[in-house]
Amino acid sequence: MALDTVTNASATPDFVLPFEQLGLKADEFEKIKTILGRRPTGSELAMYSVMWSEHCSYKSSKIHLKQFGEKAPNSDALLVGIGENAGVVDIGQGYAVTFKAESHNHPSFVEPYQGAATGIGGIVRDILTMGARPIAVMDPLRFGAADAPDTKRVLPGVVAGIGGYGNCLGLPNIGGEIVFDETYAGNPLVNALCVGVMRHEDIKLAQAHGAGNLVVLFGAKTGGDGIGGASILASETFNTSKPTKRPAVQVGDPFAEKVLIECSLEIFAEDLVVGIQDLGAAGISCATSELASAGTGGMNVQLEKVPLRDPSLSPEEILMSESQERMCAIIEPSKLGRFMAICKKWDVTATVIGEVTSGDRLHITFNGELIVDVPPRTVAHDGPVLTRPMSRPEYLDTLKAVTLEKVETPEAIKAAVLKLIAAPNIADKSWVTKQYDKYVQGNSILAQPEDSGMIRIDEQTHLGIAISTDANARLSFVDPYNGVKLALLESCRNIATSGAKPLAITNCLNFGSPEDPGVMWTFAETVRGLADICLEMGLPVTGGNVSFYNQTGKVAILPTPVIGVLGVIQDVRTRTSMSFIEAGLELFQLGNTDDNFTGSEWAHLHGQMGDQAPTPDIDHETRLVKLLLEGQKYFAAAHDISNGGFAATISEMVLKSNIGATIDLPAQFIPGGVTAGLFAETPGRVVVAVKSSDVAGLTSLAESHKIALHKVGITGGDALAINGASIPLTQLRAAFTETFPKLFG
Amino acid sequence: MRVGVVTFPGTLDDRDAARAVEYAGAEPVSLWHGSDDLKHVDAVVLPGGFSYGDYLRCGAISAKAPIMKSIIVAAEHGFPVLGICNGFQVLAEAHLLPGALTRNADMHFLCTDQTLKIENNSTMWTNGFTLGQEILIPMKNAEGNFNCDDATLHELESEGRVIARYVGVNPNGSRDAIAGITNKRGNVVGLMPHPEHAIDLLTGPSKDGLTFFTSLLHSMIAG
Repeated sequence: MALDTVTNASATPDFVLPFEQLGLKADEFEKIKTILGRRPTGSELAMYSVMWSEHCSYKSSKIHLKQFGEKAPNSDALLVGIGENAGVVDIGQGYAVTFKAESHNHPSFVEPYQGAATGIGGIVRDILTMGARPIAVMDPLRFGAADAPDTKRVLPGVVAGIGGYGNCLGLPNIGGEIVFDETYAGNPLVNALCVGVMRHEDIKLAQAHGAGNLVVLFGAKTGGDGIGGASILASETFNTSKPTKRPAVQVGDPFAEKVLIECSLEIFAEDLVVGIQDLGAAGISCATSELASAGTGGMNVQLEKVPLRDPSLSPEEILMSESQERMCAIIEPSKLGRFMAICKKWDVTATVIGEVTSGDRLHITFNGELIVDVPPRTVAHDGPVLTRPMSRPEYLDTLKAVTLEKVETPEAIKAAVLKLIAAPNIADKSWVTKQYDKYVQGNSILAQPEDSGMIRIDEQTHLGIAISTDANARLSFVDPYNGVKLALLESCRNIATSGAKPLAITNCLNFGSPEDPGVMWTFAETVRGLADICLEMGLPVTGGNVSFYNQTGKVAILPTPVIGVLGVIQDVRTRTSMSFIEAGLELFQLGNTDDNFTGSEWAHLHGQMGDQAPTPDIDHETRLVKLLLEGQKYFAAAHDISNGGFAATISEMVLKSNIGATIDLPAQFIPGGVTAGLFAETPGRVVVAVKSSDVAGLTSLAESHKIALHKVGITGGDALAINGASIPLTQLRAAFTETFPKLFG
Repeated sequence: MRVGVVTFPGTLDDRDAARAVEYAGAEPVSLWHGSDDLKHVDAVVLPGGFSYGDYLRCGAISAKAPIMKSIIVAAEHGFPVLGICNGFQVLAEAHLLPGALTRNADMHFLCTDQTLKIENNSTMWTNGFTLGQEILIPMKNAEGNFNCDDATLHELESEGRVIARYVGVNPNGSRDAIAGITNKRGNVVGLMPHPEHAIDLLTGPSKDGLTFFTSLLHSMIAG
């Protein structure tokens, strides 16, 4: 077809465009025609279709996400909020930290290595775009049943992709999660979180200002990879009965990204950009329309100037290409020479492709012919907003209470603990984490399997940050409103257990199809719960990501809102690890256990879900966080109790320390007895190890914060002994460590 | 004393190596791959990373960089050079050290705290250790499997040029569990694990790595 110019579009109003194949609904297509006063050109249609996709426009979630603004707590910490590439938080001493999580779920199912790799690449560029040096990554992952054949295809590929890309960028991988559940079988979740640091004055924004300023594309050349990825791949379920619309997943080149990072940081250091945006989903369409929309003028772009890897690409394809490792900067003409010199130093291709204008239109030409003439805001920010039907799903009325046999005799306790810690959701994950570099940059203070990842920010003042990601999807399934609250509280507890103070949150909300009213209801409840808890805890939401359509046929994934909490620690030398370094320490449990197994791993191992999520006790959790922060001086070790309950927590501690412990759970004082004491996942509990000389201090601290304190044992020996059951550490370690190698080689 | 730390495109541990040099009491000097100027440094560290994305072969492209021409000439005259991980790969590709670093036996990238045994404490980079000393430092690589022909292996072993060996499980399949080697003169050392990540207990598993850098100071002062 000849070039579909604006003139041609005006002259041929009845020309049929394949808007449905591009994922647009008939009414959305009509709206585009109304905006433009004519039919769109092929290039315009490409832009609108990709920018108005669920992935880019948040059309199903927008009306719910408004609550994060409406219920935002007062916070001095937030420097840049929702809407930019990533939120920015003040951590003191002139430092600003930016962090964000994103999903790359569907591409990682299609092509695990490249899907996961480019997931890392994308989130790292978001952080870089804010003006920050990326300093760490984390990966919350979800897979189908651990022993399912497809999990053996997907998991090793995803792990290799995360490692292959992240290691090559020089970013320590300091944490994350790996959880298995059958509902993720066709829809694995690959979420990636990146954190970066900068000085306050170095924050950059994605805005095009100043008529006459230049639009410069720099980084990799544009190819045919990922064309339509954003609109089609991310918004279509994998239905085998329909002809596949699955295009190639983007292919990553971490080396190109590494030099792009260093090149960009050098450019930032010389203050050479007015605005900057990375190219991710929707490529040039997104970058140009968002920069122009957020700025004060219009923009002219000469599309034929875009350097191509594949010279056969059409203008529409150039606009939609999701080739990785590209950035778009707005710079003053006087700074072009210096900008180009830095790019040349790093062998990064940089090309002026347009300029900012004083008008209010985004004009894109191809060899002199006008092919796009749109108000940029209508593309970038005025996408459709849907009010999807919602209804409380029926499954909620069919949930059954957990019924389990008691575990009381020493033999039963031993067998149960060994069974629990060998379960894929609890077992040692070092088969995975050993494939990630946790040392690079030399500032990693804590990394997986610790409660949080911790990074030193300043070598002189010892200022640091901690990050934890958490989600308990089974609790969100049973009670989406409280489930997400519990996830956030757990994440805060993880941060405080390591010695840092929770400061701000981000989120990555993974759900099934928004066209299913039941899924939409669980999503709405989740957002309501998250907005409420953030207000209650006084933690600002810095940004987030929504991933819908994680669904195969009628089977949706468990609602999986992943919460990332950022904390700050004034002196990283005071941090607390989960491993104790000596025998003879006294072990205490902070917080009470109750007899509720809903959503627990122990119930899951018995094929049960339960019917009643624990009620979040915000008052208790707030006091516990305070106690944890004030008690750091007493703690020789501390570890949160979450997945797998006390049994998993104490097993992880003794194995990390390679020092045993003798535990005596006073069954008569625990509702549900030893079984609950070991396996219930009652929130708001932490195990701490203290020297005998610090017991008095801890006791009085617990009293002043009104937190229950239970002596549970003492460290030492070469076995984990629990109420008369003795498990040699060698046997415990074998059970804990054999699972992953057996499953994945 | 001034110790150069070379940055190639894709180098990752240059800032870490510079920090280790500083901890040891020397002045780190940043050197750029595209220049042949050694800036009058007294020694050079080639740090870890994925220079040129490991394209072609690990270290192969970097070995041809302008800075390497100067380093090769200087090394032949006794100038101290330490290559860590990717730096070791560069030294092998530049033929300053024999052998090659190939894909790990299990094909995975491996990041772990590794025990090494010091087998030669007479080089410029290892003289601060005692012979047979066991040290714990991180290793992290996908291509750390040291390979060479039988004659070269015999030469390395008989001349005592294996400077460190893996203790316990051989993590990557290296011949004779070799973790690091030196040239005949003892001024050029290649090591797969990362001593610059073991300079304090806050960020590393031990402080053992620092001795590689303090050894250099001792040999320079003594020499």
